[in-house]
Amino acid sequence: MLEVTDLHAYYGKSHVLQGVNLTVGDNQVVRLLGRNGVGRSTTTKAIMGMVRVAGSVRFKGREISGLPPYEIARCGIGIVPESRNIFPTLTVYENLLIGMKSKNQKGRWSVDATFDLFPNLKERARTAAGVLSGGEQQMLSICRTLMGDPDLVMVDEPTEGLAPQLVEQVGVLLEKIAAQGVAILLVEQKLQIALRISHQVLVMGHGRIVFSGTPKDLLAQESVRREWLEV
Amino acid sequence: MLHSLVFVLVNGLVYGLLLFLLSSGLTLIFSMMGVLNFAQASFYMLGAYLGYQIMAWTDYWVALFVAPVAVGLLGAAVERYVLSKTHHRGQVAELLLTFGLSYLIVEGVKLVWGVNAVNYGMPPSLNFPIFAINGVSYPAYNVFMMVVSVAIFALLYVLLTKTRIGIIIQAALSDRDMVGMLGHNIPRIFALVFGIGCALAGVAGVVGGNILVTEPSMALSLGPIIFVVVVIGGMGSFGGALVASLLIGLLQNYMTTLNVSLAGLVGVSLGSHAPFRELLNQPLSQLAAIMPYFLMILILAFRPKGLMGKVES
Repeated sequence: MLEVTDLHAYYGKSHVLQGVNLTVGDNQVVRLLGRNGVGRSTTTKAIMGMVRVAGSVRFKGREISGLPPYEIARCGIGIVPESRNIFPTLTVYENLLIGMKSKNQKGRWSVDATFDLFPNLKERARTAAGVLSGGEQQMLSICRTLMGDPDLVMVDEPTEGLAPQLVEQVGVLLEKIAAQGVAILLVEQKLQIALRISHQVLVMGHGRIVFSGTPKDLLAQESVRREWLEV
Repeated sequence: MLHSLVFVLVNGLVYGLLLFLLSSGLTLIFSMMGVLNFAQASFYMLGAYLGYQIMAWTDYWVALFVAPVAVGLLGAAVERYVLSKTHHRGQVAELLLTFGLSYLIVEGVKLVWGVNAVNYGMPPSLNFPIFAINGVSYPAYNVFMMVVSVAIFALLYVLLTKTRIGIIIQAALSDRDMVGMLGHNIPRIFALVFGIGCALAGVAGVVGGNILVTEPSMALSLGPIIFVVVVIGGMGSFGGALVASLLIGLLQNYMTTLNVSLAGLVGVSLGSHAPFRELLNQPLSQLAAIMPYFLMILILAFRPKGLMGKVES
């Protein structure tokens, strides 16, 4: 579904992505691990068209690098940024509406289905999103992206700063998303969630992918974990 | 006495609402795009001239609808094909571009309609006194201006808060990158917002041009004051723009009726060699024009975010 080949990106003079290669297959859950600052978030931003890149990004067979973000979104890629980026002055309901790419979009997700998943959000549908708790904002941010009915969703550090039971909730939500046939590229710093559902694990270091394999392979490779993951 | 007070109040409201039509467009554009549209008053002037021309060809009611739409389309085209090329280069480039544009529009208007004021009259159907106090009558057209301004705001309010596109615009005010990543065409939304902002100025031109003389210098005479309104109200705040517009409208209109001087106000008479004699003996009405600028300086010095603004200007 997604093929990234030799992707390079720069912030000013610093060469952040130094030839990233990765693929995400249909319905696959791929986790992108690595320490802070190795370029994981930049990779998702680069795929989304938010960062100028060199190299190739193909999605469903179409070259999408160089397209503006809204066109990439319309191809079927969704992103849930680490900073959540909810619209604080708008209500929860309005935040979800904006997730829809057109007024009468029909897809795997609806506002009602979202509210069934999170009764909390339903109760606060008319509340300004800015007053939600961190966990609720995270759920809202994920659900808002789902409203656009993406075929691939990139979720950046969804458990950052969340209490343990909320981390579990995020894990359950990601499983539900995967069960709908949506591919997931999950950026995580720790080996915390979603091990159950991930098909492939990528480890990133110094702007490139340094390990690629199944979760089991990674568990077996202590040297990789020590060199690239453990602090 | 009563009639002059009522008239001052109503005139102040009319002028204040006209300022708000102009400054709300500026505020809308600034708060979403971060562009200080220097050409806002030129679009206002263009609205007045187009209103005059279309009224001459057809009638006023057609002009009231068509001229703002035409100004809005021109604004949208400017954003789409020219201004959008400068966004990544920051505010100075944008400001200079709209600055140049304001001159182009003024000179273009002179080439088409000449350097003298055009005879833009009131529509006959609104040219009658609507009420009279102590035998002094008040023109219906001024009240009509107020009605149009209020109606436009009601419309804008509904558009921004109740429609899908309005909610997307509001979201883009706070985080346009995220709105883009959710699949909305940001350049098109920018063109729409810039167009709406210019159309608001166009409406102000059509309804204000016939009582405030339609001439090439009209942009320059109103241009600075709408920036004053935006600074006093607070950058990017619609509520602030409304309060500041009405404040300036009422204050200026009230001051122009005051014949008393500063010296007279405190009840002293000054000898012919007293310091600041000229200033202190000026009737306050003469100071009405500089009052808004004086207020702006006070605001910038002591409350830089304006009356209701969120960002420091």
